[in-house]
Amino acid sequence: MSLDTETVRRVASLARIHLEEAEVARLQGELNGILAWIEQLQAVDTSGVEPMAGGGATRLRMREDVVTDGGIAEAVLANAPDRAGDYFAVPKVVE
Amino acid sequence: MSFTLEGRSGPWEIVVGLEVHAQVTSEAKLFSGAATAFGAAPNSQVSFVDAGFPGMLPVINGECVAQAVRTGLGLKAQINLWSRFDRKNYFYADLPQGYQISQYAHPIVGEGRIEIELQDGSTKTIGITRLHLEQDAGKSLHDQHPGKSYIDLNRSGVALMEIVSEPDMRSPEEAGAYLTKLRQILRYLGTCDGNMDEGSLRADVNVSVRRPGEGYRTRCEVKNVNSIRFVMQAVEAEARRQIEVWEEGGTVEQETRLFEPARGITRSMRSKEDAHDYRYFPDPDLPPLVLEASWVERLKASLPELPDERRARYVAMGLSPYDAHVLTLEKETAAYFEAVAKGRDAKIAANWVMGDLFAAINRTRTSIAAPPVKAEHLGVLLDLMQDGTLSGKLAKEVFEAMVETGKSPGAIVEERGLRQVTDAGAIKRIAAGVLEANAGKVAEYKAGKEKLFGFFVGQTMKAMQGKGNPALVNEAVKKLLG
Repeated sequence: MSLDTETVRRVASLARIHLEEAEVARLQGELNGILAWIEQLQAVDTSGVEPMAGGGATRLRMREDVVTDGGIAEAVLANAPDRAGDYFAVPKVVE
Repeated sequence: MSFTLEGRSGPWEIVVGLEVHAQVTSEAKLFSGAATAFGAAPNSQVSFVDAGFPGMLPVINGECVAQAVRTGLGLKAQINLWSRFDRKNYFYADLPQGYQISQYAHPIVGEGRIEIELQDGSTKTIGITRLHLEQDAGKSLHDQHPGKSYIDLNRSGVALMEIVSEPDMRSPEEAGAYLTKLRQILRYLGTCDGNMDEGSLRADVNVSVRRPGEGYRTRCEVKNVNSIRFVMQAVEAEARRQIEVWEEGGTVEQETRLFEPARGITRSMRSKEDAHDYRYFPDPDLPPLVLEASWVERLKASLPELPDERRARYVAMGLSPYDAHVLTLEKETAAYFEAVAKGRDAKIAANWVMGDLFAAINRTRTSIAAPPVKAEHLGVLLDLMQDGTLSGKLAKEVFEAMVETGKSPGAIVEERGLRQVTDAGAIKRIAAGVLEANAGKVAEYKAGKEKLFGFFVGQTMKAMQGKGNPALVNEAVKKLLG
């Protein structure tokens, strides 16, 4: 599998990463290199093996339904570039 | 008789499926310990997890999982003992993580079904495709500043259940009946408060049209419809739009649209074409959600009575299917009815609740949750009729006084001296006086004008200020004339 330049631009756009035209070809090469490494894994026979995502704990541990957090609007807003009262303020987003 | 819309070139069938987002009733959020209460000050119910701060880890709220399982059981659905959370990636100002934690490939609840009731008394089964748990996003305010949007993250991270139906509905009425029934089930289960004004329940409506007998054509999704009436209107408006497109030789494009209630139309949201490329992948912060079968069994054993079961029980108590349907629509109505009917005649209790009480609620602009007459007071009123203290007519009078004053029926009867007269001797004396005063009419009656009988009864009642026992008054007049 290899990515064309159009796909590279699209992936960047979905991730909100700005690319200069000159960077596209370089990133195409790097991404294709990574995909080639992943493709090496295809050589392993995994028939009959359940797919898994992540390791470590085998299952989710559950929390009690109790309010233990919140009431920290100042801390939550502390790093916001802009605010209005206790709201975050962002450039207008209306479709 | 199936529902169709008439186009210029013949009839069209409507195909509808609903995706409903129901806010889970819980104290804390799905993956954090912040509160879920509605209407709090902005950003006062936000933890660092909900605000998407780096390095924070989500920990699932067990009660939200239990609520999803209860809902699945209430929808007669398959409970998946193994499910998993995925990240749904998109950028929006009120989604601080940059992704929504949702369940894509492995939802907690699989296929189920809902039986809906239609106006003509028939029922229909609507398939449920799945139910999954996910996080809600924050709330954006666009109308507070000319150049800025304000963001409140209180809702960010609150647990939602997305409940997806099969495309089994064929008319606006069926879509409305489905949402009504789903809301009713959720409220009976206590898993979602069903409050559509506060956004606890909102529907995305998928609509397509087709010629009768055809396969499915392209559908459009009408987003975020927030009342049952609007769902029904949106289905019809969108279907009519699509019929026009097809009949003019065009093609319906799959897209997301918005319903504008004021104009009764849907319009395209014209979002970017890559908006639907969510790049789902398993959330590496969250191992699989594994449930014990025994835990699910315990939840099942503790489920409350559901609307269908309750309706069947009311019918068995002697109510008509219609009365049973009306009384079970809202669980508050059912609770009120049961308090009145307990140990009494169910049919009489139903008549009073659906007649006088509903009328009083409308008149006083109150609700069954805060009724103008307490259930135990209405019950006592029925007892006073049963034991002969009050006639039907006096009972209505006492009821109105109860609405006005909030007092108990016993107190009103005493205060106003409304006790029914059941002393046959006293009634006979008054009736005799009435006949004496109307000697001319008595002669007419005896000459064959029998309908005057009602006049004598009425006059006797009037002389007693309506307090005479009707059966005894009738009897006395009949004897005296005989």
